[in-house]
Amino acid sequence: MSAAILVLVEHLKGTLADITFEMLGVGRQIAAAQGGQVHAVLLGKDVNALAARLGAADSVLLADEPNLEQPSAEVIVPLLQQLMAQKQASLVLLGGTNASFGLGGQLSARMKVPFVNFCKGARVEGGSLVLTSQLFGGKILSDVKLADGKGIVSVYPGAFPAEAGRSDKTPPVEKVAVPPGSPKVVFKRFVEPDTSDVDITKQSVLVAVGRGIQSQDNVQLAEELAQSLGGVVCASRPVIDQGWLPLSRQVGKSGMTVKPRLYLAFGISGAPEHWDGMQSSECIISVNTDPKAPIFDGSHYGVVGDAVELIPLLTDRIKAKKG
Amino acid sequence: MNLIVLLKMVPDTVEELNVASDGKSLDSEYLRFKLNDPDEHALEEALLLKERVGGKVTVVALDAPEVDDVLFMALAKGADRAVKIPADQASLGTVATARMFATFLASGGGQITPDTLVLPGSQAIDDLEGEVAAYLGEALSLPYVGVVSSVSPVNGKVVVLKEFSGGMRGEYEVTLPAVLGIQSAEKPPRYVPVAKVRAVMKSAKIETADIAPPELAKALVVERMYKPEAAGRAQMLEGTPEDIAARIAGLLTERGII
Amino acid sequence: MDPIRISVYGLPGVGVLWFLTLVAFGVFGWRAWQLIGLLRRGRHENRFDQIGRRTWHAVKNVLLQPRIFGEQSIGLAHFLTFWGFMVYATCFNWALLRGLFPMLPIPYPDEVKVAVLFLEVFSVLVLVSLAAALARRLFYAPPHLHLSFDANFILALIALLMLTMLFGSAFRNVAEGSRGTAWAPFGSLLAPAFAGLTPVTARAWATAMWWLHMIIVLGFFVYLPYSKHLHLLAAPFNVFFSGAVTRPLGDLTVPGAQEDMASGASRWEELTWKQLLSGFSCAECGRCDRACPATASGYPLEPQQIIQKIKTHAMQQGLARTRDASGNGTPKLIGDVITESELWACTTCMACMTRCAVWNEQIPIIVTLRRQLVSQGAVERTVQDMLANLTRYGNSFGKSDRMRARWVQSSGLKIKDARKEPVEYLWFVGDYASYDPRCEEVTRKTARIFAQAGLDFGLLYEAERNAGNDVRRVGEEGLFEMLKEKNLQALAKAQYRAIVTTDPHTFNTLKNEYPWNGNRVPVKHYTEVLDELLQAGRVPLKKKLTGRVTYHDPCYLGRYNGIYDSPRRVLRALGLEIVEMPRTRDRSYCCGAGGGRIWMEDKEKLPERPAENRIREAAALGDVPTFVVACPKDIAMFRDALKTTGTEGRIAVRDIAELVADAMEG
Repeated sequence: MSAAILVLVEHLKGTLADITFEMLGVGRQIAAAQGGQVHAVLLGKDVNALAARLGAADSVLLADEPNLEQPSAEVIVPLLQQLMAQKQASLVLLGGTNASFGLGGQLSARMKVPFVNFCKGARVEGGSLVLTSQLFGGKILSDVKLADGKGIVSVYPGAFPAEAGRSDKTPPVEKVAVPPGSPKVVFKRFVEPDTSDVDITKQSVLVAVGRGIQSQDNVQLAEELAQSLGGVVCASRPVIDQGWLPLSRQVGKSGMTVKPRLYLAFGISGAPEHWDGMQSSECIISVNTDPKAPIFDGSHYGVVGDAVELIPLLTDRIKAKKG
Repeated sequence: MNLIVLLKMVPDTVEELNVASDGKSLDSEYLRFKLNDPDEHALEEALLLKERVGGKVTVVALDAPEVDDVLFMALAKGADRAVKIPADQASLGTVATARMFATFLASGGGQITPDTLVLPGSQAIDDLEGEVAAYLGEALSLPYVGVVSSVSPVNGKVVVLKEFSGGMRGEYEVTLPAVLGIQSAEKPPRYVPVAKVRAVMKSAKIETADIAPPELAKALVVERMYKPEAAGRAQMLEGTPEDIAARIAGLLTERGII
Repeated sequence: MDPIRISVYGLPGVGVLWFLTLVAFGVFGWRAWQLIGLLRRGRHENRFDQIGRRTWHAVKNVLLQPRIFGEQSIGLAHFLTFWGFMVYATCFNWALLRGLFPMLPIPYPDEVKVAVLFLEVFSVLVLVSLAAALARRLFYAPPHLHLSFDANFILALIALLMLTMLFGSAFRNVAEGSRGTAWAPFGSLLAPAFAGLTPVTARAWATAMWWLHMIIVLGFFVYLPYSKHLHLLAAPFNVFFSGAVTRPLGDLTVPGAQEDMASGASRWEELTWKQLLSGFSCAECGRCDRACPATASGYPLEPQQIIQKIKTHAMQQGLARTRDASGNGTPKLIGDVITESELWACTTCMACMTRCAVWNEQIPIIVTLRRQLVSQGAVERTVQDMLANLTRYGNSFGKSDRMRARWVQSSGLKIKDARKEPVEYLWFVGDYASYDPRCEEVTRKTARIFAQAGLDFGLLYEAERNAGNDVRRVGEEGLFEMLKEKNLQALAKAQYRAIVTTDPHTFNTLKNEYPWNGNRVPVKHYTEVLDELLQAGRVPLKKKLTGRVTYHDPCYLGRYNGIYDSPRRVLRALGLEIVEMPRTRDRSYCCGAGGGRIWMEDKEKLPERPAENRIREAAALGDVPTFVVACPKDIAMFRDALKTTGTEGRIAVRDIAELVADAMEG
């Protein structure tokens, strides 16, 4: 069976997001097994320059119009619906990100094709596509089969290699028109995060604290450790929600995506929302009291223990080594 | 404003989740249900809106273990009306659940007036094959925005903030009635004392609305459910805290970080 | 000589005295009526049980004042002033009676030699005491002693009373031409100074002194209920009605409550009459503030101020002539009068209440006000999370109830399930000992000691819930009730003869706050059980321990429940030498965890937390390397304090069970 695959390109403020290449990569992988073409759907305002970097796709379907800045679902869904019909696409790959959130559910409802959320793995087995989803905050995996090969798939960020979706080729670009309509959801502007604080995405050492840090005072202990390492402290959502650290220090789906040389995770269980934001770190060392914490699955080194107890000991060690 | 909050119960991940013997579903023996986190935020946002601009808050849920407690809790917090649809949510899945809600709203049970906001939580941890909020927007032909963290009524419309990555948020203007998937309320969900919930249990009533379960073959075929391989990659460091601190310091030296 | 036989502008003296007396008693009566009316607007509370016991308690504490002697700088002086006052009050009433009813066939007290001797001796003792009190106020006032004009004014009035008495005696001495008598030693001593006066002039002076004395006393009588010396009148009642006489200190139940007390008090009228009486009784002495660990650490709480602010507020609102019907502009009890941060600072350590000279009950008032905050949802985030966890999972850790006894798996023991087979001791382990990774090992050791001593014990396993001691003290009364019901249901299914607990907080609430409905079983703390086992020789000790240790009395074990000796006997039985800290037994210093404080965040940097203060106290003992605790929360608090005070290498915080386990290893 060969059918086309549509990949909805994700970009923010003129930059292609990694998830785009991850989707193109997995799209290529499926296309290689099943045949068919991969089309990148690029829509937005002033985005045509981005098309050149989507060489992994067989073609780029481009809608570049002034009113397409951060369009809402009511604009994107009819366009995808139209393109699915035009290109006889059986699969649509969407980023499992906040930006594309909800599109899959809507498109699936409209097209009456199944939707697969939180997809972390894809393989072709006996001619049909088997997708692996991660449920319940990473505690359970589920393999699902698309009965007739048709489906809308939300691709979990970071689950597939982005390299597989990068190419130097220049893809053919086909202009498409967005179906007309009077939108009831109108994008107004971006609200920038507070940038007066340090930029955690530019740090090479991050000391991350989660719920297990227990109190604001213990955040201070982490600050001392970070200082001794020449890094800064960041946190998972619970700590930010407590107001123990500013929003600019949040790592994860709604926070920053970081790739430091060293990521020390203290008292972080490793919920997918957090994992999203730090999985590409070069070296991850995690400390958690729960031996079953999912963070250990992806860390390079793990310690089952009390972060609050370990942090000061480590600070002392490092100070001693530095002399 | 007419504020309709949809509440969904999800498996509590504090309890150990196990796969049933059929290998395709969760073992129900130790399964406990709790209110989906974003749904709790949706309720809070609705209550905040009611406090700010007035209106009525209706909470709706499908039947599930402990759901009555959740509905009474919502009433104790300040919801005006609680409706339970007596259909077993756990057996339905996200899409069927969303269809039940859609039927309830479309059938007049929820009365979508021009000033209606339907507020489900943005997503749930068991949303394998759909999202309640997105589905409702489509099924009811209402404008929809997800991952919302702030809602402000302005001139008969609402201005909402949707979360993007990197702390960036986008501001959208939405025409009512609309469906907003709430990720987090502007304030953390309020605490309601047990005595108040118990008092409400005695004084208030949960309405029921009979909705026939949809005739819907499950679109997705679950081949297998399984636990991720535990502690896969991490090399575990063991010993006294002092030993461990020394090991980590050693690792950092090896990697040239210190 | 009869001092009423004078005439003032034609009015006979007796008439003047009648007029003054009626005015004074009238004003006094009116004020008393007002104040009692104020109390009656408070909520009902039954404090009329066991009248005999209450009377004995009041007699002992009012007449002997043991708690006043707790502070040596003022104990004797207050005692003498009090007794001088009693002698004077008796003689005053006697003189007044005689003055008002001249037909009575009795002499004036100053005509009776023994009475004069008493009066003179006491007036001098009182004067000396007043000098001591004044010097204390001026030169070495302890912190938190309220140095008001009111207090100095009263001291001056009392001094004036003594002086009019003494000089009256001296003038009488001169008038009667006597050379002095041993029955009036000080009057005789002063008399020569006025020897030049004629008998008539001297008599006039003596009469003047008598009248001055009577007028001051009557004035005092009027002034008293309007001043802080209202405590003279209210305190005896306050002591009589004290809760601790008939009920355990650690029970927050309001006896005979007629309203739902779960949401506490938003207005002063929603406090109980006894709570309002506290304010009238407070002498502003500051003992509670000096004892309070929150005050010492710089938290915004002063227990005395809680009492005083309620008094002032209730008087302002309750006695105002015109009441603002709209309620606008009325200060709110919580927020305007007492701030939230004051209320949340309390660790419920019981130091204030066990020190208060008039037996005031600060903690129940604070909890009553906290209940109001909880009912409004005005609880800080971390506490909310804990309460939500407790509601859902029955523990503050937010872990599954099925994990409660997970520590058993790695203990290598088979521990009975008390729901399935009968046991002698039901071990109610508690949250911290069950779930906190820092405490789990101690719990396993305790279990092994019990097992090796052949104790027949079992657990409730996942049916155990947090007992609710801290929940109740945070002010979540509804949740406390819920936890209590669930535990009682679980306990009803188990067969046991006694309960042993690890956490003193659990111990307190099970022992004192659970209604056992006639099926009360002994509730023991594990230190008591260890003590019994050691006394009976059932613990197989393999070696004697040596060395010096200090023992920290947990608030809820010591002050709340009077258990001081069991843990000390255990330590001695192991061979250890106990070096007491300066603040020990009922003066022990709180670690700062109680009353839900362990769940709260410090908003501001404090100069020194209670646990740090305590660890420094232990460090100052010198060569005492082991700090022994008997409460799982103490392990958490003090091990943290070791880190923050930099005493980690010098002192080790050990649970008493760990030491027993040490001695059992060869």
